[in-house]
Amino acid sequence: MSEFLTKSRARNIFYGGSLFFIGIFGVLTIDSHLYIVNEATSKMPLTDEVVLGKHIWEKNSCINCHTLHGEGAYFAPEVGNVMTRWGVLDDPDDAAETLGAWMESQPSGIEGRRQMPHFELTDEEVRGLSEFLRWADKTNTQDWPPNDAG
Amino acid sequence: MKYSSQKVAYAYFVAALGLFAIQVLGGLLAGWIYVSPNFLSELLPFNIVRMLHTNALVVWLLLGFFGAAYFIIPEESEREIHSVKLAYIQLIILVVGTLGAVVSYLFGIHEGREFLEQPLWVKVGILVAALIFLFNISMTVLKGRKTAITNILVIGLWALSLLWLFAFYNPDNLSLDKMYWWYVIHLWVEGTWELVMASILGFLMLKLTGVDREVIEKWLYIIVATALFSGILGTGHHYYWIGTPGYWQWIGSIFSTLEVIPFFLMMTFSFVMVWKGRKNHPNKAALLWSLGSATVAFFGAGVWGFLHTLHGVNFYSHGTQITAAHGHLAFFGAYVALNLAVFTYAMPMLKARSPYNQVLNMASFWLMTGGMSFMTFVLTFAGTIQTHMQRVVGEDFMSVQDQLTVFYIMRFGAGAAVVLGALLFIYSVLVPRKELFTESTGSTPEAKAVLEGGR
Ligand code: HEM
Ligand SMILES: [Fe+2]
Repeated sequence: MSEFLTKSRARNIFYGGSLFFIGIFGVLTIDSHLYIVNEATSKMPLTDEVVLGKHIWEKNSCINCHTLHGEGAYFAPEVGNVMTRWGVLDDPDDAAETLGAWMESQPSGIEGRRQMPHFELTDEEVRGLSEFLRWADKTNTQDWPPNDAG
Repeated sequence: MKYSSQKVAYAYFVAALGLFAIQVLGGLLAGWIYVSPNFLSELLPFNIVRMLHTNALVVWLLLGFFGAAYFIIPEESEREIHSVKLAYIQLIILVVGTLGAVVSYLFGIHEGREFLEQPLWVKVGILVAALIFLFNISMTVLKGRKTAITNILVIGLWALSLLWLFAFYNPDNLSLDKMYWWYVIHLWVEGTWELVMASILGFLMLKLTGVDREVIEKWLYIIVATALFSGILGTGHHYYWIGTPGYWQWIGSIFSTLEVIPFFLMMTFSFVMVWKGRKNHPNKAALLWSLGSATVAFFGAGVWGFLHTLHGVNFYSHGTQITAAHGHLAFFGAYVALNLAVFTYAMPMLKARSPYNQVLNMASFWLMTGGMSFMTFVLTFAGTIQTHMQRVVGEDFMSVQDQLTVFYIMRFGAGAAVVLGALLFIYSVLVPRKELFTESTGSTPEAKAVLEGGR
């Protein structure tokens, strides 16, 4: 092997092969991008409310306790399917109301239980959040999570 | 140390060690909140603590890489760094940005994508610093001797900086956001950073074992080829359940399984070099960290990565304590230990001392490595139970977590050992000045050898 695989051959294989895989990855990225926009997330329109909700989600760094589609911190429950878990997936008003009540009641202050901070949110922001979570819940995630526990 | 401009590495390493302390203390606090959840819950909630922990980690690792590059490149290129002043300006930007980020997190000011929470001005600062760095090292390398070590190091650093651009792209569509987010996160740790790791490891082996450069450099190209051939499409192991097409389940499973190869090769490479090498380098602690890094990286990234990377497994384990177990050991083995290896190797030269206090330094290796391994085991047990109870049985998240308390207590103990080890390490490389000497006052041949990089 050492005869055939000289250092400069090894280097050229590294360059050529890497470019090849970058190329394939680029093509698959384009395909995935289109699939996400046209299929996976097309069940519910990406409204201004959803965008506002995503912004609130980010502004409060919810991801550093919760997971969303299984990504994030593992300190608090999965929220990619919370609207299903609460049974409000297809009822925007009920969803916003339930979420608002939840946010309002935090922190629980219960001794020995993980605490969620209190976030000062307007009704509009709560509505945005619940629309964002409904939108995420309606994304085609290849049937993940395995059950409602998330 | 042959070139005076290598000295800039010292400032980078000290800044990195400061952040390292913040990182592990933040981790210990987060671990304590798992055990005693009401602790500081109103003042400093878990999400803020975690941001400090993860961000401090990433930034100090980068500072370590930058410092290592400034240390290695003059020696490899056989010339001084293009501009020492630019190197310090770059460091100042990074330190100001980091401190700015820490303070603003404490006040609840941050963006909201995991690991990329830095306020925009800090992100821009990082970009500017990276550009200064790339300019500076590229100028040095272009004008000097070209070696495979610098070639791979520079390609890795260029590529990771380019990927940073994706940190600025945050689409409104959550699934798109996630897909491109992994361009930074995955293509860093399972792509470009591996290039940096391989070249630094190659440099250390060259110096510590005295094996022929030709042999080392051929290994390096094979290692980095397998890293990118597997790692680029291996990104697919994050595209199973986020709204991306189903074909990623196969592509991701197959290619990310192959990602074990470069880590296996790096481990084999290090041991073979030590076995072949005739040189008996006095800096034993640096060798211990180098071999330890390659080995723990293989277990943390390779074995623990493979554990949950097949889509059939990941369907159940995704986003559980199994992920946490893997993330901890992989980061520690591959990038923390590697940085500590460079620091251990370079510090005696940077501070003009013989490699004193090997015992304390090696003790810190075993404390940290033992602590991280134990932490990984308990989190893996916790994650296995969680996966079964929550994902298979369908029991509610919070009630499952309540039943895992005993593991979190053990994890806290493991974390305490790691913090102790980290503080011991920092002490052992920075403080004791026992065998202080200078070249002119005459020193032992052994000490002289270290000063000159073990030649
Ligand atoms: C040194 C290299 C590596 C580092 C530093 C690393 C680190 C991490 C981290 C921090 C996460 C969690 C990301 C999040 O917050 O969502 C993660 C996830 C993951 N890693 Fe790695 N990793 C490395 C290599 C590997 C390798 C080689 C494999 C496969 C063989 C692998 C497989 C995975 C998988 C499948 C996940 C997703 C887990 C889930 O579904 O929750 N990793 N890694
Ligand atoms: Fe990955």
